[in-house]
Amino acid sequence: MAILVIAEHDNLSLKADTLKTVAAAVAIGGDINVLVAGSNCDAAAQEAAKAAGVSKVLVADNSAFEHQLAENMGLLVTELAGDYSHILASATTTGKNFMPRVAALLDVAQISEIIAVESTDTFVRPIYAGNAIATVQSLDATKVITVRSTGFDAVATDGSAEVVALSNVTDAGTSAFVNAELTVSERPDLGAASVVISGGRGMQNGENFKLLEGIADKLGAAIGASRAAVDAGFVPNDMQVGQTGKIVAPDLYIAVGISGAIQHLAGMKDSKVIVAINKDAEAPIFQVADYGIVADLFDVLPELEAAL
Amino acid sequence: MKVLVPIKRVIDYNVKVRVKPDNSNVDLTNVKMAINPFCEIAVEEAVRLKEAGVATEIIAVSIGSKSCQEQLRTALALGADRAIQIDTELTLDSINIAKLLQKVVDEEQPQIVLLGKQAIDSDNNQTGQMLGALTSMPQGTFASIVKVEGDKVNVTREVDGGLQTVALNLPAIITTDLRLNEPRYASLPNIMKAKRKPLVVKAAEEFGIDLSPRSNLVKVTPPAVREAGVIVETIEELVEKLRNEAKVI
Ligand SMILES: Cc1cc2nc3c(=O)[nH]c(=O)nc-3n(C[C@H](O)[C@H](O)[C@H](O)COP(=O)(O)OP(=O)(O)OC[C@H]3O[C@@H](n4cnc5c(N)ncnc54)[C@H](O)[C@@H]3O)c2cc1C
Ligand SMILES: Nc1ncnc2c1ncn2[C@@H]1O[C@H](COP(=O)(O)O)[C@@H](O)[C@H]1O
Repeated sequence: MAILVIAEHDNLSLKADTLKTVAAAVAIGGDINVLVAGSNCDAAAQEAAKAAGVSKVLVADNSAFEHQLAENMGLLVTELAGDYSHILASATTTGKNFMPRVAALLDVAQISEIIAVESTDTFVRPIYAGNAIATVQSLDATKVITVRSTGFDAVATDGSAEVVALSNVTDAGTSAFVNAELTVSERPDLGAASVVISGGRGMQNGENFKLLEGIADKLGAAIGASRAAVDAGFVPNDMQVGQTGKIVAPDLYIAVGISGAIQHLAGMKDSKVIVAINKDAEAPIFQVADYGIVADLFDVLPELEAAL
Repeated sequence: MKVLVPIKRVIDYNVKVRVKPDNSNVDLTNVKMAINPFCEIAVEEAVRLKEAGVATEIIAVSIGSKSCQEQLRTALALGADRAIQIDTELTLDSINIAKLLQKVVDEEQPQIVLLGKQAIDSDNNQTGQMLGALTSMPQGTFASIVKVEGDKVNVTREVDGGLQTVALNLPAIITTDLRLNEPRYASLPNIMKAKRKPLVVKAAEEFGIDLSPRSNLVKVTPPAVREAGVIVETIEELVEKLRNEAKVI
């Protein structure tokens, strides 16, 4: 069995999700190759070569792959697919974008967002916003899978895989990158942080998120938000935690002014320790919180910052 | 131009689903069903394209049992012009849904296919992308802004790091994210009018596609339950517990 893992990267560095997706490949078992498709992506490829358990890193370095457009990625991965029994990508917005195209071009199903591997053909994935856990057996010859990074621990980075340059260029010519507005932050990524503090509608406005920043600084935390806070324009969309936003499972999750709708819980209820701060004692968030404080957030946040 | 909007009938988003005691699946008996929220956003976007003079006709299509006609009527009440139900009792993998939709695309030749980014039951997030690959159309997934300009459409996408805009040649696939628009409510006169709009039913078998399952649902179990913890009275107590009991700070 041979497994191809598609690397998540920005040409300069490898995203931590890739190391977790490699861990899923290790759990399946077999010879593991990683594909780094990008433009001037040598630095990312060198990092991928260090992922423990990987035998070979394939590098498709071409301007057609600079932004990993789904149309071009779909064609490239399909070209390479013949050598593999399993093709894995992280369930990030990039992986979710191109992987179903690979599955369709190979005429197979995709198993989305697995959180565990039962055997080489059977995988576990949450459905219905995490309110049910499905065990699914794939009947296809090639398994196309996206991996939820909260389900797997990153592999070590002490490997030394062979790096092989590919000459494949697959440019569908039907789409073009126009621009990106990426949030620049000094803080850790939501997906990678060991502490996350999120604000909801209770924060009242974007300005008040400063109350979370002081605490985040002290804890080295990432800042997240509920959909209500994003919709109201308090903070940008990439901060949304939940069923249809980011899925996080840090050691500590602090929910501030968040009621705990099922869609929000879907994104954070696998956190090790959950703290809820809410002035409504009946808020459903308290049903999943290890520690709750029934209080006005404007009173207790400054106290919390001072106490840390 | 024609816009095709595939919609799915799913559990209402407010309902917390339960797993059947025999772990064969979730229990949907007597559960409130609705149009998938992302599909509703797709219908709304199509209607806005029509109101802006870009789209000329909106066709809603749903694959499922007769009951999904209810959701097609909702789409018609929101402004779709006609509807197609592809009738099947089978639970289909997305690849088979995408293949059926490909046949509808072949027949209707829409310039834009607007789908939801994910169905909130399966949480698959794959049908639109699969349809894109099968039809060789480019795709703008997780859209929060859609702008048609000549023979191209610019789609601003919600990506992990923020926003990304791509330009797609038409015909193209677009999948909706939550902030693309806020769907309107269907007015009573429009609900009445929707009853008279055309809705054709086609049997899934008519399309000559092998719909055999690609996966086998081994079991469905409830998630690990989290016990509610303790309510602490003061921040001092909270910090003490996080330090010494939970040891997370
Ligand atoms: C298809 C779909 C997908 C969705 N996906 C997501 C998702 O991915 N993520 C997500 O989060 N939501 C999602 N939602 C929305 C979800 O259903 C809820 O509407 C949302 O999570 C509510 O956000 P909230 O808790 O911030 O706001 P509310 O529910 O309005 O809660 C605000 C809370 O703040 C408390 N509060 C107010 N003032 C104070 C104060 N001064 N001090 C302390 N507490 C205070 C209140 O008691 C209340 O509990 C989705 C919905 C749909 C339909
Ligand atoms: N049975 C179906 N009938 C029509 N459209 C569907 C069906 N299943 C999925 N879709 C479309 O595909 C989108 C994404 O669904 P999924 O890939 O299953 O998460 C939905 O929002 C619909 O637009």
